[in-house]
This record gives sequence, structure tokens and C-alpha cells, in this order.
Amino acid sequence: MAITLTVNGKKHEVAADPETPLLYVLRNDLKLKGARYGCGLGQCGACTVIIDGKAVQSCDVPASAATGKAITTIEGIARNGKLHPLQEAFISEQAAQCGYCATGIIMAAKALLDANPKATEGEIRTALKGNLCRCGTHQRILHAIQRAAKELRQ
Amino acid sequence: MSTADTSPRKLPGSLNANRQLDRWLRINRDGTVSVFPGKVEIGQGILTALSQIVAEELDVAMGRIRLSPTDTSYSPDEGMTSGSQSITDGGAALRYAAAEARDLLMQRAAAQLGVSLEQLSVTDGTVTARSGGSVSYWDIVTDDLLAREATGDVPPKPAAQHSVIGAAVPRRDIPAKVGGVPSYVHDLDLPGMLHGRVARPPSYGAKLGALDEADVRAMPGVVALVRDGSFVGVVAEREDQAIRALQRIKRIARWEEQANLPESTDPRFLLKETSEDEVISEKRDEAAAGRAAKTLEAEYTRPYTAHATIGPSCAMASFDKGRYTIWTHSQGVYPLRHDLSKVLAVKPDQITVIHCDGAGCYGHNGADDAALDAALLARAAPGRPVRVQWMREDEFTWEPYGPAMVVRLKAALDANGNIVDWAEELWSNSHSTRPGAQKGVNLIAAWHLAQPHEPSPPRNPPLPGGGSHRNAIPIYEFPNQRVTNHLIKRMPLRVSALRALGATANIFAIESFMDELAAAAGADPVEFRLRHLKDPRARAVIETVAAKAGWKKGEKGDGSRGRGIGFARYKNGACYVAVIVEVEIGNEIGVKRAWAAIDAGLVINPDGLINQTEGGLIQSVSWALKEAVQFDRERVLTQTWDDYPILTFEEIPQIEVTVINQPDLPPLGAGEGAQGPTVSAVANAVFNAIGARLRDLPFTRDRVVAALT
Repeated sequence: MAITLTVNGKKHEVAADPETPLLYVLRNDLKLKGARYGCGLGQCGACTVIIDGKAVQSCDVPASAATGKAITTIEGIARNGKLHPLQEAFISEQAAQCGYCATGIIMAAKALLDANPKATEGEIRTALKGNLCRCGTHQRILHAIQRAAKELRQ
Repeated sequence: MSTADTSPRKLPGSLNANRQLDRWLRINRDGTVSVFPGKVEIGQGILTALSQIVAEELDVAMGRIRLSPTDTSYSPDEGMTSGSQSITDGGAALRYAAAEARDLLMQRAAAQLGVSLEQLSVTDGTVTARSGGSVSYWDIVTDDLLAREATGDVPPKPAAQHSVIGAAVPRRDIPAKVGGVPSYVHDLDLPGMLHGRVARPPSYGAKLGALDEADVRAMPGVVALVRDGSFVGVVAEREDQAIRALQRIKRIARWEEQANLPESTDPRFLLKETSEDEVISEKRDEAAAGRAAKTLEAEYTRPYTAHATIGPSCAMASFDKGRYTIWTHSQGVYPLRHDLSKVLAVKPDQITVIHCDGAGCYGHNGADDAALDAALLARAAPGRPVRVQWMREDEFTWEPYGPAMVVRLKAALDANGNIVDWAEELWSNSHSTRPGAQKGVNLIAAWHLAQPHEPSPPRNPPLPGGGSHRNAIPIYEFPNQRVTNHLIKRMPLRVSALRALGATANIFAIESFMDELAAAAGADPVEFRLRHLKDPRARAVIETVAAKAGWKKGEKGDGSRGRGIGFARYKNGACYVAVIVEVEIGNEIGVKRAWAAIDAGLVINPDGLINQTEGGLIQSVSWALKEAVQFDRERVLTQTWDDYPILTFEEIPQIEVTVINQPDLPPLGAGEGAQGPTVSAVANAVFNAIGARLRDLPFTRDRVVAALT
């Protein structure tokens, strides 16, 4: 069966069972590997993408539920070959150890800052409560997001 | 002739076992330098630090360094990347190899320019003579230059000449990782790739009974079903198809289970087990013992603790014409190959094991097991690579946990509040069941095959580093002490190396007990520690962290807030770390702020060191407050993040790390130094805040309430 998905502004026809979690379609059919499998249960946030402006755990959404919606993945946030300010800030703050959770966190942070450019540290922490980091890089990640928020407001 | 005369001389670090210079380094005519590390990146930034070492010693820009993935077809065999030893083993090897390579290049340049060595200087690989004239490494290098055994005779640069070592060089791998570029073994996507899943037994000893194989084979996309004893796995064209087939197998397979797990999750079951007992430290001073005026006793425990990686283990394997190629995030490609060759019944040289980055592992997780899973499934689909991704519950239920431990302490104070006697006993399994042992195989699937392999006997790494007894011997100066290790061989739950091994529980016990003794002596915890410490570096980290935190002598909590300190020298021979934390106790314990001071000798990359220390601190706060693996008599019940909460963004403290650099001293392992000090600082802060002494990890709300009543 074919599903039509709009990912990073481009339409794709995918031959997949409609119940297939969006994550596997992104990774295997569209070869977008930046959203990552962590739990398959919507508990850790490693697979976070943005659907119609909202941060969504793509392991927990059937691909068919995303048809007709605007899906943005980490691969779609750079502009004109330049990394998104959030990505730049993660590099400036060296806000990664293993980095496996980083793309999901960046997408959750982007959804937050798009909706609330003046998010406080408390609001950022709350927005990220569904994103787990096991290496303990949280403090740097918070600094990076605040740095990017400042950059984006200018 | 004596054997001493014929044995090769000892070379620094891993250079000793891998003596050819070109095994480590190659200077290329295109202006690059190839580096072949045997240690692997596990999120600790080691490849950046090793690049810094090579760039420094060779006098080339960082941008010229090309790191080759660790691969059994060409990399030096450096065993495991573990125990905070990569800088001291692999770093030392590359430091001396690069220094010697530079020396060989300089000699060649001197000959070509017709000047003496003293006339030469190097900038980014260009060698210039004082009298004019220059050549570059890239012009004068030939393949034979480094095709020789290292002598170890060329000393590395003194610290005063360092410009790259000691600099906060940004990590090489972060731009790709935050850019969403495929970076992990999980992201590999090879032509013709199939997807595999293994249906693990529901409990450790379960035996597979009835399974309608035809039913599974008939499912959409299924290419192969592999059943061998109690090992059962499926291979499918699409990943979602493999998962559906897995779910189907889980529904229809019949298993025979046993009830052989401990009766309770309380680690005290260890006290009743048969143990191998050894006194590992003993000092007697009868006169001092005679001054004992007050005696204290306490017992501390740590539960089984999960590595709980964010990315469940993953591997790719292909089987073609009798040869295997395996892509893995294992911490040791050679030890893994050793075990794989036994199970697959082929010679090691018929298996190529290639390292790819994985999610942070924090010790021995499912990485190696997934590699064998992939190989067994690839054998059923020759010529096509098979990617095996463990599900979340596979990782939680089958990873080898950090062992449960019990530590009992007894000490005596004299009338002046000095410790005059110290007795300590600890009970634990081994902390090392990694692959690569001579006997047996330490890979799950091998135990489940129709012709199973026995697990290798557990190893307890010897002191001074130690395994279960890591950091069991206090580094405080006591006139009398006796430390007894009770090593328990029976392992009802699968266990192995979790970051810091036994050090976490041993330091938790020692540092909590030091606080209890300080309180009994009416002394300030900082002053009390210093009173029993002579090592100036140990004293310096404690004094530094106390100053940074603004510690006030005798400071008391206010009934909800309080602060506590913890200190250790990791492995009694690696980095020194002292930690102060501030807790706030409401419904739960919250850690609000933390200060750490670390002395790791010569620092290669200060930002990397700070990142590791912050991370170790946060992970340890999570262990302290939340983590324990749950099980009943038959099964491990910890399957998802709901069953095993870890610290979240809403709960992390604000952290300040101070590095005490010692550029003229050797670098000390530093990836695991914060664990024990942090856990004990939290316990001590809770006591300081509300007067409740918590001796059982984790410090849940129930335990706080129990300790108060």
C-alpha cells in the first residue's frame, strides 16, 4: 500500500503498511537517519520530529497518521547549507557526549522556540521532560538552547 | 643467556604489544596523517584527545589527522576500551609513536637540507632550516620510513612546549552528530540489507518448547526464521516486518521457565551466598587500637543497576563465501572476534570486526551480544547484510547489570576524634564478564544454542585497580585496618562492568561512613577528611571544592536544604575527585547544585574532561536517587523507561567543575572519577539537611520517610 508523506517540504510516495511507525519509514524508506530509535514507546524522545509545528515522537505515530501534514526532520532544518542556530549552538557549547539523543532534543527545542522564542530555562526544561539523555550532558544542552534562542531573537 | 636478555624491552602503553610504528601512524604524501587507534569512541571524546596528542608530537595541524575506524583487519589490538585507560594506554602509545615518527622525519629532512638537527624547526609539517631552505613531511616521506619497530627512545615534548595538548579543542564528531548525518552503527544502510530481530527467552533459564515456525515464515516479508535450541530469530525485508514477526513469535512460542532469581531485590541476599574470601588490606598497630573510645558500625547497599543506554544495541553482519564481516559498537573488536570465532566455528581471520560508533554504553552492555545475533541471522541469508536492532526490552532485560553489593563497616574513634581502627567487608559478584576469555563464551546467543557454550568464568580484575574491590581500600591514613572481599561466584542475574565497577558502592560506603564518624566526633566533614589524609593532591581537590562551594566549617542544613561532600581517588591510582552537592527535600530529594574538583594529572583536553565529569556527576545523581533493576523469582521486570526512571531535564542540578591541571605529571584516567564521590555527597547532604542517614541506594521517598522514623 502507498502512503504519501510531505517531509522537509518534499512529497514522497512510500510503499509501506499504513500502521508502520513513521520512524521506520523516515529511516529506511527515505534514508533520513537523524531521528533515532530509542524505545519504540514514545518514552525517550530520540526519534522526535516536528509535525505541523508540534514535537512528536515518530516511533509512536503510524505513518498513515502523518499523511497530509508537514513533517520536519533534523535533516530539514539547515538553511542554504548552513546549520540551524540550534545545531550551531550545540557545537559551540560542545553539548554532546555520545550524541545519540541530540537530534531529538534539537527538534523538541526547535518546536518550543518556534512557538515561544522567549522560553525561560524553566520552560525549556519542561519542554524537554520527554527527552532522555543518559550521558548527563543536560547542562550543556540547556546552555546551547538558551544561546540559540538569543541568536534567533536577534 | 638469561630470558631477561632476549625479551623485548617494555614500551609505553599499548605500544608494548603493538610495536610497529606504522601500525599506529602513517604519514601520507597528500599532506595527511593516518592514525590507527585501537581504542574506540564511546561518547567520551577519546578520538579527539588522541588526535591532539598526535598533532602535538608531530607538529602538524589537527585538520591533517585522519582517524581510521578500529578494524581487526589492520588496527592495533588494544583489548577493551574501558576502565578510564584510553589515555594511559592508547594515548601513551600514540604519544611515543608520533614523537619517534617526528624524529625520523627530522633526520631525513636534516640529510636532505644538509644541516644538523639543531638547525631545524617545524610548523605544520614543514621543516625549515635556520639558514634557509625547507622541505615538508609530505615530500620526504616514503612507505618504509615507519615500517620499523618502535624504540621508545624519543621522549615526547615537555609540557612547556605544548600548544595542542591542554587546549579545549572541539570534538571532531559533534558536527555530524548534531547535524543528523548518519553516525552510528544503527544508521548503516548497506545495499540489499535485511532486518533481523531475536526473540529472547522471557527469563534467563527458559527453554523454548513449541513454536509454529511455518506460521512465522508465512508472514509478509519474512526471509528466514532461525531456530537453534532456544535461540530464535527472524530475518525480513523490512524492519517493520521483522518487528511484526518478532511480536508474533513472542505471542505463540511456548517457553519452560524456572524460578531461580533472588527472593527479593534487597542486595542482602548476597550475605547468604557462598563466597571466596580474601583479606585485601591489613594494618595493625596495637597501641593505637588500645586508644579506641567509641565504635560505630553501618551497612550500605547498592542494587542491580542498568547501563540503560539510550540507543539499544545494534549490529550488522554479512556472511559471504565462508567469511563474516561484522559492524559493531563493541568496546573491544578483538575480544569480540575471539568469542565469535568459537561460536561460528571459523578461524578468527575469517571474521572481520569493524567498529562503528554507538550510543553511550557506560560499560558492558548488549553491543557484543547483538554482534553474534547478527552473525547467526546473516548465516541464514548468505550474501545479504543483516541489521539487528535490539528492542528496548531486550536491552533492559538482557544487558549485564552492574552487580548488587553490600558493604559493612566498623570503625573506632579515639578520645580526640581520630579514627584508630577500621574494618570493612564487601559482598559482590565479579564486575567483569566481557567476551575474550580463554574458556567459554560471553555472548547470550551462544548460551541458548542447541549445542550451547558455557559462559566464561567471571574475572575479578586484580588490585590495585580491582573489580568488586575497586576503591575498597580507603586512601585515608588509619593505624589499623582490615578490608575483606567476599567474592560471590553464583550470578543469579547477568552482571558485568558498569562504569566505575565496585568503586561506586565502596566509595559510597566509605564516604558515608566518614561522615557518620565525623558527626560522632563532633567534627566538620571537610576538616575530618583532611585530618586523615596526607597525599597533597587528595587534600588539594577537597580544599578546592570546599572553597568553590563556599563551604562553611560545621555548616548545618535547615531541615529541607543541606550540603554534603564526597571524595575519592579513582582506583586509588587514577584521578582525584571531590564533589559537594546541595539537596532540597520536598516530596522527593532534589539535587539543586553541585561543585566538583578534579586532578587528572596532565590534561589533554580540559573541555572533554569537564564534559566527562559533569556527565559522570549527573549519571551518579540519577543512580543515587532513582535507579534499581526490578525482578521477581522468574523474570526481570524492568522492561521500559516507565520501569526504570532516570534523571530528567527538570531534575538536573547546576554544576561547576574545577580542573586542577598538572602539566608536568602523567595523565590519569578520568572518565569514571565522579561516580562514587557524587553518590556519597548526595547521601551526606541529605543527612546534613534533615538528619536522615540513607544507607541503601537508591534514595527514594519511602527510604527517606523510613530513615526519619
